[in-house]
Amino acid sequence: MSDHDHDHHGHHHDHDHSELSETELRVRALESILTEKGYVDPASLDLLIDLYEKKIGPRNGIRVIAKAWSDPAYRERLMKNATAAIAELDYSGRQGEHMVVVENTPEQHNMVVCTLCSCYPHPVLGLPPVWYKSAPYRSRAVSDPRGVLRDFGVTLPDATKIRVWDSTAEIRYLVLPMRPEGTEGWSAEQLAELVTRDSMIGTGQPKQPGEIA
Amino acid sequence: MDGAHDMGGAKGFGPVVPEPNEPVFHGDWERRAFALTVAMARPGGWNIDMSRFARENRPPEDYLSKSYFQIWLAGLETLMIERGLVTREEIEAGKVLSAPKPGVKPVAPNEITPAIRRGGPTEREAKAPAMFAVGDTVRMKDIHPVTHTRLPQYVRGHLGTIELNHGCHVFPDTNSLGQGEDPQWLYTVRFDGPELWGKDADPTLSVSVDAWESYLERV
Repeated sequence: MSDHDHDHHGHHHDHDHSELSETELRVRALESILTEKGYVDPASLDLLIDLYEKKIGPRNGIRVIAKAWSDPAYRERLMKNATAAIAELDYSGRQGEHMVVVENTPEQHNMVVCTLCSCYPHPVLGLPPVWYKSAPYRSRAVSDPRGVLRDFGVTLPDATKIRVWDSTAEIRYLVLPMRPEGTEGWSAEQLAELVTRDSMIGTGQPKQPGEIA
Repeated sequence: MDGAHDMGGAKGFGPVVPEPNEPVFHGDWERRAFALTVAMARPGGWNIDMSRFARENRPPEDYLSKSYFQIWLAGLETLMIERGLVTREEIEAGKVLSAPKPGVKPVAPNEITPAIRRGGPTEREAKAPAMFAVGDTVRMKDIHPVTHTRLPQYVRGHLGTIELNHGCHVFPDTNSLGQGEDPQWLYTVRFDGPELWGKDADPTLSVSVDAWESYLERV
C-alpha cells in the first residue's frame, strides 16, 4: 500500500521513482485544470492543508483524555455524550460528528480499526497514520489483535479481554486509556505528557511517569 | 461490493509497520491531493458514500498497488469525469481542453474552517421505532451487492449481539447511488471471536461493527 513497499521486495526501484513523480505531475496538472476552470480556489486548499497540519491533530485528543483523567465530572459527561463533551473543548466537525469514547479497564482493552477504508476521529486525532490505513492493520486488527499489538511492542495479560471496534459507519471511536499509576495529584497539563496518539487508538499504552523527564 | 478494500480477516499482508515521528503528509502532492478532494466535494455535488465507492470500485490489483492518496486521486478523477466536470483527455493531457461546467462555484477561503468544524452529521429523525433492542441476538445478512455497502464480508451470516443504538443514520448503500438517504437505525453489533474465526480463535476477543437495520435479521 505504501510507495516504498516495492523497495522491500528488491525490485522496481527506478520504476517506483518515476511513478512517484508521475503522480506529482498529475496532481499538479489537475490542480491547475481545476483552478483554471474555476472549481477550486488555491487559497482554500492552502487553508485546508494548514488546518490539518497545524490545528487538527492528536494534541486535541490528548487534552480530552488528560481532562477526563483529572476531572471526574468531565469523564462522566465524556462517557455519556462524547460528541458534546469533546465540543466543550472546542473540537468538532468533519469525521467526528458522532463520537463514542470507549474506556480501557484492567479487564478489557479496546482497539479501533476501519477494515473498509480509513475512518478515524479527525477532530481529536487528526488524519490517520499510514499504518492505520494499511492492509496489514485493516486485515489483522479484527482477527489477530494480540499479534497487531506485538507489532507495536505491546503485550497484554492473557486474561485481558480484547474488544475491537470496526468503524463501519459514521460513528467515530476514541479510546480512553487507563490513567497510569503513580500520578496522584497530577494536573491535567502534567497528565497530558503521558497520553500518546496510539494509546487513544488502542495500539499503545500511555507513558509511565518514569518515562518522562 | 466484495472488493479488495474489504480487508477484515484477510491473510498474508504481513506485520504492521509504524513509522516513528510520521508527518501528516508524505510529500507535497499528498497535501494537494487531499485538499483537492475535500474542496471538490461541494462544487462536484457528491456525498461521502459516493466518494468511498469511487475509491473502492476498482480491480484488486489496482487498489492494492496504489498508495492511499493515489487511491484518493483516482477516486477524485472518476467522480469528476462522471459528472462532466473534466474529461479523461484533459486529465491525461494535463491541461484544459473544454469549457468549465456552468454554475460550479468553488469553496471560498472564508468557508473552509466553518465547513470543517460543522462536518456532515448523518443522524436523521426516526420515522419508525427501532426493530431491535440492546441485548438482542441478530444474524448479519449474507448479501453481496455489486454496489457500495458498509457490511464487511467477515461478519456476513454470523450471529452477534446488539450493544449500542446510535439513532437513525443516512444509509450508505442508497446514498452512494444517489437514491436518497433512506435513514435507518444504526446499531453496534458485537461478535465473539470464535463466532467469526472458528474454535481456535482467541477466546478473549470480541469484535463489533456498526450496522444499519436492513443488514440485520431477527433470530
